[in-house]
Amino acid sequence: MEYGLDKRSNALKIFNTTFIIVWLLVACFPFIWTFWGSFKVRADFFSRADWWYAITAFNTLLETGGKFTTDAYSQAWTEGEFWKASRNTVIVTFFVVTISLFLGTLGAYALSRSTRNYAFWILIAALIFRAMPHITLVSGYLFPFFQLQIWGILPTTIVVLVAINQPFTLWLLYSFFKTVPKELDESALIDGCSYFQAFRHIIMPVMWPGVITAGLFSLMLAYNDFTVTALLLNQENHTMVPKIQSYLGTNQHEGNLMWAVSAVVSATAPLFMLVMFFQRQVISGLTAGAVKG
Amino acid sequence: MPNKTFFWFFLPTGLAMILFIGLPIISTGIQSFYAQHDQVVKEVKKCDPFGCTVSIVVDQEKTSKIREEKPLGKFNGFGTYIDRNHLAIEEIGKFWNETNSFGEFVDQVTNLPFYKALIFTLTYCLFVTPNVLLLGFIIALSLNAVTRRIRGPLIFGTILPMIVTPLVGSLVLFWMIDAEGIIGANLQMLMDDPYLSLKSSKTLTWITIIIYGIWHHSPFAFVVFYAALQTVPQEPVEAAIIDGASRWQRVRHIVLPHIYPVVTFVALISLMDNFRVFEPIIGFSAEGSAQSLSWLIYDNLVNEEVILFGSAAATSMMTIVGIAILLAPVLIRTWKEFRTAR
Repeated sequence: MEYGLDKRSNALKIFNTTFIIVWLLVACFPFIWTFWGSFKVRADFFSRADWWYAITAFNTLLETGGKFTTDAYSQAWTEGEFWKASRNTVIVTFFVVTISLFLGTLGAYALSRSTRNYAFWILIAALIFRAMPHITLVSGYLFPFFQLQIWGILPTTIVVLVAINQPFTLWLLYSFFKTVPKELDESALIDGCSYFQAFRHIIMPVMWPGVITAGLFSLMLAYNDFTVTALLLNQENHTMVPKIQSYLGTNQHEGNLMWAVSAVVSATAPLFMLVMFFQRQVISGLTAGAVKG
Repeated sequence: MPNKTFFWFFLPTGLAMILFIGLPIISTGIQSFYAQHDQVVKEVKKCDPFGCTVSIVVDQEKTSKIREEKPLGKFNGFGTYIDRNHLAIEEIGKFWNETNSFGEFVDQVTNLPFYKALIFTLTYCLFVTPNVLLLGFIIALSLNAVTRRIRGPLIFGTILPMIVTPLVGSLVLFWMIDAEGIIGANLQMLMDDPYLSLKSSKTLTWITIIIYGIWHHSPFAFVVFYAALQTVPQEPVEAAIIDGASRWQRVRHIVLPHIYPVVTFVALISLMDNFRVFEPIIGFSAEGSAQSLSWLIYDNLVNEEVILFGSAAATSMMTIVGIAILLAPVLIRTWKEFRTAR
């Protein structure tokens, strides 16, 4: 807190700086290290002899002739079919975000403008749904999906992820729409607009900050999901995260562990970029439910 | 808003939630009362010059036929709930009668799969949640004291552990902590024990997963606390400084009471998330020594021979009961507030 009166002692300043540096190291070093290691061969990054090899690239030099190698990437993306997985992720993420936002904005707008009791109960029900561990829902899906023969394909997963994502989206957009003054759409209603027209012409132009935040969270959920995609998609349709896990399964195979390392970096990099650009929205989304209510 | 308009606005999202969250819970409930069919066996008489032998083999044809006719399995009532892999009523009774000391009894019970998983899940929640709150709060306080200009990048660095998926996060740590990784190898050197490794010890595995949990969840607590700190009014703090309150006293008596509602919110959310701990167990390949409730369900669902729908569903139902118990105090409080508000 920057208060004029508040004089901080030097000892405290030093302690504070040290703490932050240590914490940032703890938070970021694992990612930097993995990124660095993904350009080595397995014998270096997972060295039985000496972990220092990961820095000096002893085996990488022997095996490839250079200090850095992109073999793991090229193999994972071609042989390991990571391109397919990332294509599937793009498809799933795109549709989950679009559909979630479409359903979420309509529902949350209605909730924020309703004064009835049931709106309150719906929000509570959404909170309970939010608490359900995804794996318990998946155990409910599998059997009916097998019977209906819709297991393993992308559309099913998309619909499931949209539904799982709805409670959070509803809460987020609900608290956002609460901050949009009621008078805006009420004046439109008095002028003879229907609710749909008011939503279309008055609310839609001003809702984008909230929608971007909600969109980011839907994106992160769809992009990061493991439980649903691992169990509801067949091998062919796997998205990135279950694909990474499938590389781990065949641990003995020389190349595969490095495939997993490079796949982890490939999957994480776009996410980090995105958060870097939209940091403000991510933070406002995380705090939306908490600080105001 | 009139009911009819509300209905049409809410219909799509309501339908999605009822169809894919409400119905699956009911479907899980129904499945939990069924168990997979036993294999149909038949006797085969095989004769050779030395005599005839009767052997029992699985009748594949009949087995698959009965499975096709009744895919849900045979009705089992609460049978699955009380079998050895779940509540294990019978086994516990047996242990109670057979063991000599209470310690031995507890030992036996905690070796049953369901109780083992329950204990891990609860231990994880118990250790991770308070530490997440504490660490998140400390980071928020100390970042809040840094010059505004460089806060942006610092916040970005801080929230990284939270935005990666738990599987990736735990893998990234696992590759460092494993015996062949940078931290693991150095620990071996430091402790002078070449066989020290994550997989060799149950306690070490638990500690690692708990540390991972704190690492992964603290940024969330940080972000919420940080935002709440921005709303702390300046006047009381300044008054306290003039009155000679120490830094700790100011935090204790002004800042903490102000952000108290947020603390309960963060505690609730992280409790909910911690209760479903599952992916780190796969990331750390810790299935051997640490199993959670969610992991048990996953394990049943990826079973090679035949998917154990009934068993998974029973564990799911009990997990849901667990969540309900966790949520109950909050729901009761909300209900009371709602009633008084009317």
